[in-house]
Amino acid sequence: MTYGPARALPGDQIKITTNPDTEPFWQAAKEHKLTACECGECGHFRMPPTAVCPECGSREKKWPSLPGTGTIFSFAICNKNPKNGEDYIYVPVVVDLDGAPGTRLNANVSGCDADDVHIGMKVVVDWTPIQDGWVLPNFRKA
Amino acid sequence: MAWSNQDKTAIVGIGSTDYYMRGKSWPRTINDMAAEAIMNACADAGISHKQIDGFAYYSTAGAGYLDKFDTASLMETLGMPHISYSATLTSGGGGCPGAIGLATAGLMNEDCTYTVTLMALQQLPQHRLGVVFGSAAPSPENSFLQPSGLVGPGHLMSVLARRHMHLYGTTQGAFGEVVMATRANTHNRPKAIRKAPLTKEEYDESVMLADPLRRLDFCLETDGAVAVITTTMDRAKDCRHKPAVVHACAHGGQREWGRAFAWMGMPDPHFASSGHKFTADRIWAQSGLSAQDMDVALIYDHFSPMVLMQLEDYGFCEKGEGNDYVLSGKLRYDPETGTGVNGGVPVNTHGGNLNEAYIIGMTHIVEGVEQVRGTAINQVKDAEFALVSGGPASLPVSSLILRKD
Ligand SMILES: [Zn+2]
Repeated sequence: MTYGPARALPGDQIKITTNPDTEPFWQAAKEHKLTACECGECGHFRMPPTAVCPECGSREKKWPSLPGTGTIFSFAICNKNPKNGEDYIYVPVVVDLDGAPGTRLNANVSGCDADDVHIGMKVVVDWTPIQDGWVLPNFRKA
Repeated sequence: MAWSNQDKTAIVGIGSTDYYMRGKSWPRTINDMAAEAIMNACADAGISHKQIDGFAYYSTAGAGYLDKFDTASLMETLGMPHISYSATLTSGGGGCPGAIGLATAGLMNEDCTYTVTLMALQQLPQHRLGVVFGSAAPSPENSFLQPSGLVGPGHLMSVLARRHMHLYGTTQGAFGEVVMATRANTHNRPKAIRKAPLTKEEYDESVMLADPLRRLDFCLETDGAVAVITTTMDRAKDCRHKPAVVHACAHGGQREWGRAFAWMGMPDPHFASSGHKFTADRIWAQSGLSAQDMDVALIYDHFSPMVLMQLEDYGFCEKGEGNDYVLSGKLRYDPETGTGVNGGVPVNTHGGNLNEAYIIGMTHIVEGVEQVRGTAINQVKDAEFALVSGGPASLPVSSLILRKD
């Protein structure tokens, strides 16, 4: 099967919502800074950000700057834009984030053919403007 | 240690409506279908539906994914004079067989005498399950998943299947064999939706919806309702059929699985699994049995790779060996002998969600009951133990062992 270029889904069709636990992640993304929620007490990372550290129970949070690189843990290849059903090759990837052990982001990868995406592939963050002025971290082949 | 409620309750009645292709049940209402399934189950048990005084739901009492059951509405519809137990497991289809444990809890607590567990499903265009995740406004939590375009359960499951293929060399051929082996069980079932035998060529030509999964790896989208009646063993003796004894039942799961494919944070080896290991270990500990003691396995099959991964998690084969186990034909049922093939335990002798109908797991319970009664259409010879599983999805997932009386 030959799919051709992998494209990120159009940002103008994408909406997110935030809450006080998750908003610092998205505020950093607006400035093109990739972060992850780190426990202020024990240093355990968790994503998505939640109110309490599942390891030590602390409510203290830190938002360190990450290198913005990662490794594809798994993926699918999809061929229809979910918003309108039109033909559209995109590759949802689950990415292990460098600098924040155990955390992952679900995103799209581009910069290569869908057929070339593989588990273990190195990727680098690629910022996609979305609705309401927010910015979504996607990835490109490194 | 043996479960304290072992062999104390039984499923005594099973009932369903016809099964319809998605949306074709209209203009029936969902309560109309639910009522028919309940009344059929009560007739099968030999009781009046007005004797029902307990409701044990799953899927957060959901009827499909957007409708909700309400006990008061069902009482109003069916005229039950009083109820003394009404409870649900949380999350989704993973709790289906676990609801029989919930029924058992109510019965053993002497809160109620006859409980009903049911599901009704009607996929009007606005209710289509396959797009439910995508059409919902993303919550702050789901804003970390939905923008990736992983919007349908099939998308989500394909990511898990891919990891399993990567780690263990699992092949799409094994997913195909799951579909073909269970399709072979529907040709003689009057209510089944897909009855024609499936060839490898037809499977390979099935359209790729979320690579590595094809349309035929996805379960059916059907409408209909199924209900089952659970009661105590002493009452079960007076019912019409031989009781399907509740031998073990567990729901739950572990943190590493958690929200599962609504999260994607599961570490290896949990990521490429069905999330059932914890619950499997519990029911084997409750019963002192193992997978090899089962005579038939009714494995929740919303997506074919999840059958393979459940077979691993329940110990029908070792972790990572599902591909070879499936491809050796061990899921198949031999109608000539009424036994498994190549030393395997027959899986989904009713055709499952992939081939017969998808009522969010209830058809698996019905088949388990018929197998241990000895009245199944594809009867496994001398079936004593039937395993029924639910899910795999966000916790809780669950399973049930039914025993011949
Ligand atoms: Zn901590």
